[in-house]
Amino acid sequence: MTQGFLSKNPSVLIFLSALALFTLVITFLSNAYGAELISTSMVKTLGKTLCLCLIAIAMDLVWGYMGILSLGHFAFFGLGGYMVGMWLMYARTRDIVLQSNAGLPLTPQELSDAIASQIFGVVGTSELPAIWAFAGSLPAQLALVLLVPGLLALVFGWLAFRSRVTGVYLSILTQAMTLALALYLFQNDSGLRGNNGLSGLQNIPGLAWAGQDRLSVWFLWASALALGLCYLAAAFTVSGKFGSVMRAIRDDEARVRFLGYPVEGYKLFVFTLTALIAAIAGALYYPQAGIINPAEIAPIASIYLAVWVAIGGRGRLWGAVFGAAFVSLVSTWFTGGRAPDLNLGFYTVKWVDWWQVLLGLSFVMVTLFAPKGLSGLVDLLDGLRPPQRRGAPLGPNEGALQEREAQE
Amino acid sequence: MTGIGKLLSGAALGLALTAGMAAAEGDTIKVGVLHSLSGTMAISETTLKDTVLMLIDEQNAKGGVMGKQLEAVVVDPASDWPLFAEKARELITVDDVDVIFGCWTSVSRKSVLPVLEELNGLLFYPVQYEGEESSKNVFYTGAAPNQQAIPAVDYFLDELGVEKFALLGTDYVYPRTTNNILEAYLQQKGIAAEDIFVNYTPFGHSDWSKIVADVKALGADGKKVGVISTINGDANIGFYKELAASGITAEDIPVVAFSVGEEELSGLGEGDLKNLVGQLAAWNYFESAESEANEEFVAAWKAAMGEDRVTNDPMEATYIGFNMWVNAVEEAGSTDTDAVADAMIGQEFPNLTGSTATMLPNHHLTKPVLIGEILEDGQFDIISETDPVPGDAWTDYLPDSAVLKSDWQTLDCGMYNTETETCVQIKSNY
Amino acid sequence: MRRLFLALAASLALAIPAPAQEAPDLSPAVAEAPISGLAAVIAENAKAIAKPSRKTIGPVIGAISAAGPGAPAFLEAWADKRLGQRKSDKAIFLVDRQGDNYRLVDPITGADAGEAPRKQISEIKPNAGVRGLIAAALIKFQLSDPDISKRQDALVALARDGGPQHIAPLAASIAAEPDAEIKAQKERMLALLTIRFGENATDRVAAIESFGADLGLDFRASLNPLVATTRRAFDGAPTGNVATELRPGKDGFTAEEAYDLLVAENRAPARLDRADLRAALEAHIEKGAVAGIPLAELDVPARRDEAYDALEAAGLVPAAATDAEVAQTVAAHRYAEIYAEPDAAVTTAAAAALKSVSLKVNAMQGADLALDALSLASIYFLAAIGLAVTFGVMRVINMAHGEFITMGAYTGYVVQLYIADYTLSILVALPLAFAVTFAAGVAMERLVIRHLVRRPLETLLATFGISIALQQLFKNIFGTQARPLTAPEWLDGAWVLNDVVSISYIRIAIFVLALVFLGLFLFVMSRTRLGLEVRAVTQNPSMAASMGINPDKINMLTFGLGSGIAGIAGVAIGLFAKVTSELGADYIVQSFMTVVVGGVGNIWGTLAGASLVGGLQKGIEALNPSNTLAAQTYMILFIIIFIQFRPRGIIALKGRAAGD
Repeated sequence: MTQGFLSKNPSVLIFLSALALFTLVITFLSNAYGAELISTSMVKTLGKTLCLCLIAIAMDLVWGYMGILSLGHFAFFGLGGYMVGMWLMYARTRDIVLQSNAGLPLTPQELSDAIASQIFGVVGTSELPAIWAFAGSLPAQLALVLLVPGLLALVFGWLAFRSRVTGVYLSILTQAMTLALALYLFQNDSGLRGNNGLSGLQNIPGLAWAGQDRLSVWFLWASALALGLCYLAAAFTVSGKFGSVMRAIRDDEARVRFLGYPVEGYKLFVFTLTALIAAIAGALYYPQAGIINPAEIAPIASIYLAVWVAIGGRGRLWGAVFGAAFVSLVSTWFTGGRAPDLNLGFYTVKWVDWWQVLLGLSFVMVTLFAPKGLSGLVDLLDGLRPPQRRGAPLGPNEGALQEREAQE
Repeated sequence: MTGIGKLLSGAALGLALTAGMAAAEGDTIKVGVLHSLSGTMAISETTLKDTVLMLIDEQNAKGGVMGKQLEAVVVDPASDWPLFAEKARELITVDDVDVIFGCWTSVSRKSVLPVLEELNGLLFYPVQYEGEESSKNVFYTGAAPNQQAIPAVDYFLDELGVEKFALLGTDYVYPRTTNNILEAYLQQKGIAAEDIFVNYTPFGHSDWSKIVADVKALGADGKKVGVISTINGDANIGFYKELAASGITAEDIPVVAFSVGEEELSGLGEGDLKNLVGQLAAWNYFESAESEANEEFVAAWKAAMGEDRVTNDPMEATYIGFNMWVNAVEEAGSTDTDAVADAMIGQEFPNLTGSTATMLPNHHLTKPVLIGEILEDGQFDIISETDPVPGDAWTDYLPDSAVLKSDWQTLDCGMYNTETETCVQIKSNY
Repeated sequence: MRRLFLALAASLALAIPAPAQEAPDLSPAVAEAPISGLAAVIAENAKAIAKPSRKTIGPVIGAISAAGPGAPAFLEAWADKRLGQRKSDKAIFLVDRQGDNYRLVDPITGADAGEAPRKQISEIKPNAGVRGLIAAALIKFQLSDPDISKRQDALVALARDGGPQHIAPLAASIAAEPDAEIKAQKERMLALLTIRFGENATDRVAAIESFGADLGLDFRASLNPLVATTRRAFDGAPTGNVATELRPGKDGFTAEEAYDLLVAENRAPARLDRADLRAALEAHIEKGAVAGIPLAELDVPARRDEAYDALEAAGLVPAAATDAEVAQTVAAHRYAEIYAEPDAAVTTAAAAALKSVSLKVNAMQGADLALDALSLASIYFLAAIGLAVTFGVMRVINMAHGEFITMGAYTGYVVQLYIADYTLSILVALPLAFAVTFAAGVAMERLVIRHLVRRPLETLLATFGISIALQQLFKNIFGTQARPLTAPEWLDGAWVLNDVVSISYIRIAIFVLALVFLGLFLFVMSRTRLGLEVRAVTQNPSMAASMGINPDKINMLTFGLGSGIAGIAGVAIGLFAKVTSELGADYIVQSFMTVVVGGVGNIWGTLAGASLVGGLQKGIEALNPSNTLAAQTYMILFIIIFIQFRPRGIIALKGRAAGD
């Protein structure tokens, strides 16, 4: 089966080998394992970028293949990060508390109180909220990485799809979901340290001896592995019959329903699956970023995700990956204050100020003139020319097959 | 060729960046500036970046430090908290800076802390904050709660006779912790728990009608009501407008703000300011402070940045921190973090309000507390000034932290439990 | 001659270090001239006057106000921060800053005392608390002052710091009061003072009853201290003015609280808490064990109790109160809420009055909340109406709508830069904001949206691109600093029904503006040719086109109209909140909610949506007054759930017009 699948989808093999090569090159250029040409902070940036690529795959599945423009996938990403962050903070603090304890050994209650006052002293409380009940156990918390976002996606998706909320309404609704979650987490009473969020996540308990140089490479490996596996899984999903149904739902939902397919079930499955992928990406991302706070979940983040996928090219897995990597890296470069100013004679363009404008406009341009995103350029190279239909859909309805998808 | 190619080119880009930075080695002392130049915090932090650059220019004109010129390395963490950690790592490992001036929000400082402690960097943090922290690698030149909040509350209790308090704040860590400390303090002072009204609003909140009405209704007890405001940034504008519209004057219900300075008031027009005359702010510095050093500083600032620019408290904190660092480096004869950190303790430098700031073993400063009344021109009329108060890293008013103290000189510990006489942790809590 | 004499007297007073009151006795000359008494008092207390503290300045103010004719003027100058002190000799003058110098004037005689350079004078700035005391001291001089504004000042000061000493002068001043309004205020003030400080109970009860169910904050402020209670424990029957007797375990008074009260009153020893237990055990660690129990086993509470019991048995630690002992102690006492006010007749009358007021106050608070909700709803309505128009007609979600709102607000700011008169500038800003955003909307429709017809999701993304570009552009042009947008003076202040219900004029103006737009919109839609065509295009574009309507033109106009209204909303929002580049973004989500909840394609739907969202927000805020953020969270959650049950909003289009 694998043989057939890979030979039918050569791009998967190319992608995986390129990813492996990339990981190896970075490893051998890193501070920890090689030539010390790439700084640890750069390795971290690249590792985080891989995680962003991973969530871009999720977005591409749900939007590019399924037609659900979710503006809330960063909620799942963030939840994944929070779940793993809880263990990281708890375990690190537990070590500190146990180390400094003298005299009587601590009772479980005393231990949990001491940990709580360390973690929450910053935000002015000293009780461990109930949601931290499992924070002491790594396996439990890792399970929660999948369970919590998965459950949220399942419940939200079930409610939304059941009542046939579609199109723009659904987008706004997903945005409302992520906003509500972000606002909830912003409250100190939510028990996740409010605006401060969880910090110091880059210090992995028990691995302090390894140092950040090595940890950053290990996380790069883990991120690359997760990206590779999820890419494979996603490519497999969209290539079979399941994938055909997904695309059919995107193009004409009603027709698929009348053909007897349980459209809501399909949608719910894909929505939840992509939420899980997003959660895994988040769980890998935040230990590299070092801090997670509610601002990460703000609606704007999810909209940017859509931007990456749109610029990279929807309905093409590697397009989404490419878009996420390209736009986020270029953004980092431009906003980092390192990009040289552009002197126009009458006005000096400081990229820190103007990058957002450029990004916004280029986004409009891509939507208008290159609906297939930058990866659509490959089609041009292949000599595929879309018919001149001025972007009109082939079918009668708004959700109908668009011209650009006709040749797939 | 797929997306991988671009990924690789991204990596190449990073490589080029790294190489470019490494090439810029010279016989200078590098000073990192880690303030957001874009995003929500840019408005406040850009001012501090400009302050550091101005101070560096002035110092270079005076001949630099240890005969070397200072070179600023400015990066933009873009109000993105994880990015603060990343940029700090870059500054220390890639740019090899000897000291960093930066951060504004507590969450950005907490983000940077683990990196600083891992790589043994040095940070000067110039903003008033909630305390409950003392890192070996950070010097806190802004006010701790006992240098701003507690004296302001004392002023309310003693001078204004306030008996009922409304603690209004934006929902984030500084107001939360400060209000917790204040609640404990007020209860110790005999204010009943039910006479303390607490409210938290989101960042940028603009609909204040109900909250102002609630505050007004507190007066039904016949007790004098006062408002302690830790409302942050732009949200203050709507709050003060609503306050003015409801006809509440400073004599009826005084409001003391910890986050409203000259900069924030410039977002209000004259029409609104005249309704706010007499409301209060507590800081360690006001532009209207009368001292020669301040006149020079204000003049230099206006000359560099324009006549309409105002100075504020975090700028003074940056000024003190920068000058103390310069003196400490000269004294230590090196820019090595440990040597400078040792030399920093006990440094004295005249502040801009006419007294002297001393760096304490807990890495906090002694600071006078000033209370100013808002004037019609958006400046403050200083009506109360205390002697310099030593900054307290761990507040005495919360039971958990009352037993803690910080002393990097003799105990070499930032979180020392005086009851069990053990060092809870060498690294700080983040 | 007189001046010389005065100077002599003053210098004499300066030279004598005796308390001010005694000064007159030393010299008959001084005693004959009361004005010199003031000079003496001032000179004597120069240090306290220069750096006054409310806690200690009382006697000084008392001495000054008792010192003769010049006192009120001096006190007024002091409170107005017009005094300064010469650093060299600590002499106090009226000072007037003129460039780098101060003009000095003798505070008592008004004689010119020359000039002094800035550095030699420190201005005297009494704080608000001291100013309040000064104002209170001035009351007796001002109550019968011919100047009406002084009498009003006196009443304001009385309301803030009135005391028992003011009852007599106030009562005396009422009869001769010429102004009817002030007379009424004085009478009210007298009654209030009587309630608080009156000498006999009958007067006070009468004063309380004279108010009836008055809603005034000052009335309740006078009553509430009378009925304030403290909880106390007694060995026998409770004494004092008992409000209620408490029984442990009943009426929300637990046995725990009772014991805590006993501990607080030093009637019982504190219970042994976990930290003390730990400390006690740690003090007795011997060879890695406490009372024979190894340390390693002491991480369970039960073993610790055993260890403590063992230590207790050995007499090494004090006996801790057992549960039985606690229960016994609690049962041995009686508890009661005791009024601070000793007179039972007064407290009964006060409690009764408060009870009758409280119902009315609650109703009024409900009304005030409703007003707030209405105001918020009108703001949301204004912000959302443009969005609803474009979404209804073109099925296009305009993510840049928030930035159009911001654009309107900045237009208002720019207009105020050029037109200083606030009224005129607002009148200019409103149409100009409409014009600017109308143009922007039309441009956006022609350049972008037209090319994305029938691809709603992509319009959403493209307009989002425009939104981020515009937002950053605003930052680049106007800076991240908030900009002032000031309302005209006649919109300052609030409409006050009573001390509970009030709403600011700006909010009323916004409400009126929303009503005007509702009316205008209804008129355009149902009475004009344009409205007819818009409705036709909304319902069926192709049919409309075949009837000779140009849908492109209609779309363009509708989009412009929607954007224009956003601009006007921007000016309105900027007036009561801040003008920053994020102003619109703060409202965009609420606007979406309003449109989605209300249902598209119908102005009444938007109205219903705005009312629901605004009302809900305020309702939840009222339930949880300490956390406004939580209110927003719950509101959004509610809306998500609401959409599940009415996916097309409150007022959904039916039939063909519904499109899909």
